[in-house]
Amino acid sequence: MAESVYSKVGGRGAPPVYHHIDPINAYHAAKFGMWLFLATEILLFSVLFTAFAIYNWAYFESFQHAATKLDWKLGGLNTLILLFSSCTAAIAVYKAQINDNQGVVKNFTVSFICGLAFLVIKYFEYSAKYRHGYFPGTELWNSAEFSTQYKNYFGLYYVMTGLHALHVLIGMGVLLWVIFLARRERFSEKYYTPVELAALYWHLVDLIWIFLFPLLYLID
Amino acid sequence: MGAADYQVDEKGHLEKNNYLNCEKGLKSWLFTIDHKRIALLYLGAMILFFLVGGLAAVLIRLHLWSSDSKLLSPDMYNVLFTLHGVLMIFLFIVPGIPAVLGNFLLPLMIGAKDVAFPRLNLFSFWIYLLGALIGFIGLLDPVWLVSKIKGSAIGTWMPLDTGWTFYTPYSTSTGAGSGWGTIIMTFAAFVLGFSSILTGLNFIVTIHRLRAPGLTWFKLPVFVWSLYATSIIQVLATPVVGITLLLLIAEKVLGVGIFDPEKGGDPILYQHFFWFYSHPVVYIMVLPAFGIIGEIIPIFSRKPIFGYSAVVFSSVGIAAVSFIVWAHHMYTAGMSPFSQAFFSATTFGVAIPTAIKVFNWVSTMYKGAISFEAPMLYAMAFVFLFMIAGTTGIFLATLGLDIFYHDTYFVVAHFHYTIQGGAVIGLIAGLHLWFPKITGKMYNKKLAIFAFWLIFIGFNVTFLPQFILGVQGMPRRYAFYIPEFEPMHRLSTIGMFFNAIGYTLALLNLALSWVFSKEKAPANPYKALGLEWQAPSPPPHDNFINTPIVTVGRYDYGKPLEDLGLKGGVSG
Repeated sequence: MAESVYSKVGGRGAPPVYHHIDPINAYHAAKFGMWLFLATEILLFSVLFTAFAIYNWAYFESFQHAATKLDWKLGGLNTLILLFSSCTAAIAVYKAQINDNQGVVKNFTVSFICGLAFLVIKYFEYSAKYRHGYFPGTELWNSAEFSTQYKNYFGLYYVMTGLHALHVLIGMGVLLWVIFLARRERFSEKYYTPVELAALYWHLVDLIWIFLFPLLYLID
Repeated sequence: MGAADYQVDEKGHLEKNNYLNCEKGLKSWLFTIDHKRIALLYLGAMILFFLVGGLAAVLIRLHLWSSDSKLLSPDMYNVLFTLHGVLMIFLFIVPGIPAVLGNFLLPLMIGAKDVAFPRLNLFSFWIYLLGALIGFIGLLDPVWLVSKIKGSAIGTWMPLDTGWTFYTPYSTSTGAGSGWGTIIMTFAAFVLGFSSILTGLNFIVTIHRLRAPGLTWFKLPVFVWSLYATSIIQVLATPVVGITLLLLIAEKVLGVGIFDPEKGGDPILYQHFFWFYSHPVVYIMVLPAFGIIGEIIPIFSRKPIFGYSAVVFSSVGIAAVSFIVWAHHMYTAGMSPFSQAFFSATTFGVAIPTAIKVFNWVSTMYKGAISFEAPMLYAMAFVFLFMIAGTTGIFLATLGLDIFYHDTYFVVAHFHYTIQGGAVIGLIAGLHLWFPKITGKMYNKKLAIFAFWLIFIGFNVTFLPQFILGVQGMPRRYAFYIPEFEPMHRLSTIGMFFNAIGYTLALLNLALSWVFSKEKAPANPYKALGLEWQAPSPPPHDNFINTPIVTVGRYDYGKPLEDLGLKGGVSG
């Protein structure tokens, strides 16, 4: 009995039917829940920002010097890529609101490809670090001349950008799921909650990078 | 199902088609998205952890019977107090009241059919279980166990012995796995935290969006308000402990010095991050208990709650202040005098909203028609115990005194008065109060009161001597002590027996009454006001058969029963 009252009724464009909440309220509840979740994400990163601030203050000169080892051009390119992908994500929400499922598919696909490009560039950055020896386990890293202060900077760099990259990956998964739904004409002006939530998450991924980029690449 | 399918008797009891028996089979329980069933799933799991954690406490107190006890090896003693702390904090009392009574009652109290995200609610429960499983793996020194299975055992078996706070650098180097046990355990805390965040998020959205028409914010039950304040802390504090875990792993795997001084890190930073989560967590445990007490006292005093808005704002106030007091755990860890003074002052600030609550409870009882049923006795015990907890908290917030009391039994006694005397007593009080609603049966009242006195006396005999021990200088977490402390330790151990038997009896009474009692509970056994008492006992799957209508305020006691619509039977 319980299963049937909860299960989704209807299909194309119609909002799901729940036994405990009406569709309009469900939309607002989902959006509110998403914002709260985003708040927890920001707190998650804020601890890393705090740790970075503390060690940047404690090991100021080493951090300044270590930051020059990053390629700000690649970082900058990635910033542009993410900003652009955020723009297409916002357009996708608009497309859903005007019943254009194909528009959602197209714009989210662009965002998805941007995410992929971001990760590819990140991969090249990481492997360049590895070749130069600024990577845990390399000869230089383990040698005595590579001070704990440098390790601290690069360690935080890998944790912060790594966690961010994980978020990009999760975001891409979410986009893919919404693209799949949009291909089946799931959304309409009456129901576009997943599109909006996915876009919100994608904006957060973008936003965090906008803080990471100057903090890690541009501090010298 | 329509209203015709529900046959509620004249007292409001629903025998068939209630939420307990509308579906049958294990699957209908494990994959239920009914908030009431999820609450019971949580309850079952939590009681299990409570009993294991309690058993550890019994062993600890037995060991401390004599000053040079041979009952446990010092290592095993460390393992047991870690086990006790981890189970009781992370698996029992943090999810505690919100996950069980909050889940069950929140939709009922606001006249909703379920929480805002029922599937997410079930998901929270499952990751809670997953977290518990990972936690047990972490506790049991997995690296040694794996090496043993492979036949190349490294060192000796050493389950986690760090205490529940996992202070670095000790925690990241202990055991055969040299700290991996801690990291797995912190990962468990992260997973459990996820469960906590999702529950909190669910509750906040539910309270915002699913209130029945006409139920405005300042008509909400104080229990709902306290859940709201709790949820805010859950959502905002928990991510911090999650990311601290990630930094621990980074330190271990990448060799980055974040917390380890040998690698250029700072162990104090770990303590800051840890307490930034773990102090607010104390209020996650105890705020919902405040709410429960706020519900019980008006019902059994037959008086409107005194100063409703002060109670509400003090809940929210405690939640807000809880974020800026964390470093009072670290007075002796090395901080600037300015920081110390700041955290001391903010900690004193907590006393204000807490005292407001105590005054409001007492004023509610003043000149009321008090009936001493089991929930009321627990509630009054709560007020008494929490006053002791609060005033000794002031001692500990005071800089000069805390240098002396730090890491002594005074602290142990203080936080057991807040957590056991506060949160656990609150939970048990709530379980008794809403037992007829949850099960549709009535518990044995005489046995409940007998168990209460065992718990109350046992608890005080256990922990009052520990204040004295602390003042005399007995440090916490020591397996041995000087013979002069023996009498007080023995008194404490004797008290523990009464306490343990009391809890066992109280829980057995509830469990056996549920299974064997023939007494059908009416919808409203206490003639209480409030929406949850309008639903039949036990409620149907959708909570209310007809949409409930709010005609009188939740705390409008003290008027003739006719005016409140309570004369005669109350139908669902």
